[in-house]
Amino acid sequence: MNEADDKDALTRRQFLRHGLRGAAGLGLGGVAAGAILGAAAGDTVWQIDPTKCIQCGNCATYCVLETSAVKCVHAYDLCGYCVRCFGYFEPQADAFNEAAENQLCPTGAIGRRFIEEERYQYTIDESLCIGCGKCVKGCNAFGNGSLHLQVRHDRCVNCNQCSIAAACPSQAFVRVPADRPYLIKTKVEHE
Amino acid sequence: MRTLLTIGLLGAVAAAAAGVERFPTPDFDTGYEPPSPTRPQPRRTAIEVVDVVVLAAALAVASWLILRTRSRGWVFVVMLGALAYFGFYRKGCVCSIGAVQNVSLSLGNGYAIPLVVVAFFLLPLVFTLLFGRTFCAAVCPLGAIQDAVLLRPLRIPAPVEHALGMLPYVYLGAAVLFAATGAAFVICQYDPFVSVFRLSGNRAMLILGGCVLLIAVFVGRPYCRYLCPYGAVLRHLSRLSSRHATITPDECIQCRLCEDACPFGAIRAPTPEPVHGDRSRGKAVLGLALLLVPVLIAGGAGLGWLVRRPLARVHPTVRQAERVRLEKAGLVEGTTDASDAFRQTERPAEELYAEARGLIDRFAIGGAVLGGFLGLVFGLKLVDVSIRRTRTDYEIDRAKCVSCARCFRYCPREHLRIERGGGERPEAET
Repeated sequence: MNEADDKDALTRRQFLRHGLRGAAGLGLGGVAAGAILGAAAGDTVWQIDPTKCIQCGNCATYCVLETSAVKCVHAYDLCGYCVRCFGYFEPQADAFNEAAENQLCPTGAIGRRFIEEERYQYTIDESLCIGCGKCVKGCNAFGNGSLHLQVRHDRCVNCNQCSIAAACPSQAFVRVPADRPYLIKTKVEHE
Repeated sequence: MRTLLTIGLLGAVAAAAAGVERFPTPDFDTGYEPPSPTRPQPRRTAIEVVDVVVLAAALAVASWLILRTRSRGWVFVVMLGALAYFGFYRKGCVCSIGAVQNVSLSLGNGYAIPLVVVAFFLLPLVFTLLFGRTFCAAVCPLGAIQDAVLLRPLRIPAPVEHALGMLPYVYLGAAVLFAATGAAFVICQYDPFVSVFRLSGNRAMLILGGCVLLIAVFVGRPYCRYLCPYGAVLRHLSRLSSRHATITPDECIQCRLCEDACPFGAIRAPTPEPVHGDRSRGKAVLGLALLLVPVLIAGGAGLGWLVRRPLARVHPTVRQAERVRLEKAGLVEGTTDASDAFRQTERPAEELYAEARGLIDRFAIGGAVLGGFLGLVFGLKLVDVSIRRTRTDYEIDRAKCVSCARCFRYCPREHLRIERGGGERPEAET
């Protein structure tokens, strides 16, 4: 408002301010152009690269949500449908049945169902899974690695800096396009 | 380098994400069809467009209220609305302050920044260049939560104010450096209020948030004034803004009633006419300050270059490389998750060391630039405090003023204006 008073009698300070304002405007334009040129039309979300994950257990504890947004996912086309699933049973399990004391999962989130002779299907109850990755560790160490952790996007609040990503020792958290938000393990190349 | 992974590379990652197949998947005789994992879609993308619309609308309304209707009551209402929406409903993420980091990371790193984040970064800057810090006044949820709890503002002594006022530049410089090198988003990691907005968080963050809010009861907007890295930019744009809130609607009558109105120390009193001897001494001080500027820049740059290794340790890859090196040399007992993770990749250690060296080189340049920048800022501050400007009226310090509109009602000219029907009467205080 005070510039409007004397448009014709421009003081040195006002001239300086106009010039600087123009320069600031140009600078903003430059940063904007630089940012927009590299901008993605869509949004990005966080995801775990399962090849880098080492199942340290941080996913269960570092998420800002009370129960982590990270949960176990089962890639069935990789599963061996083993009787002795290394993701399901305790290493020192007494018997290979569904009794609670034999289960590795601390919340009993993995269901075991008979399919046919020597074949069992393992499913994950996501409402119980806490993303601790114990089953993933077992499956990766001795099995096919069909169990793996993924950020479930119906739960993830998509923090600008994911707390788990900051705590991940193997830098397995990556930003992926929001329209292809999963890195689910597959046998064939998926698109 | 998790953040540097470009979207283009992700196809390759997905292809590589195959299992080991120690036990081949059986062919089922019973016609069993394996289920496929569900892929719930991200829930945020649609509402982010709404966020940008709300942000632009809130900025426009706040600017209008501050510059035209001059109504503190309505500014407060908009501020509470922004606190409710951006803070408690949207959980404080993504915010304009944090967007500084995304922009830093996107420039020259191959990180594809979402357009929504660009909008969050730019809109408040543009509005500040036009109307002053109206974003701080009524739109920023971090400012709003502090403003809402301010009950007993204390006056901060000028030297303390000057000294603490330097911190935002340090924070800004560090945040840009760490974001641009892909090391960390420190602004987000140490955001004191995000745990308050979410009403959850780890103990350290909740204690930090509680402490800052407690201080904010007695010190007006401590985060905005002494930490906010985005505010460090807004200050200078506000200085240049084409329009800005003024204490008086027309002229200052030097009644001194507004002197104590500002809880943020942004009102500058008239200065007495300088005595003749003061003037030559002032000139000498100013000359010395001007001479110090290049010295400080050079010193800062050198210091920044020297501390490149401690700076680089913020990057997880550098820490990982150091740990692996120590373990190989047998200087430490045991392993860490990070070193285990590296060994699991079966990459040669030299590759990791080279990557870390490359990062340290980047931090050497970045550290020198950061140091030089801080030297410049400190030098200019010295110049600023040694310049003596004569003022005849009570004026707003445009850099510090967050346009909260508190001071308007202290001015008798404002009361005259309202009596003349020159504007809407503020609702909250009547």
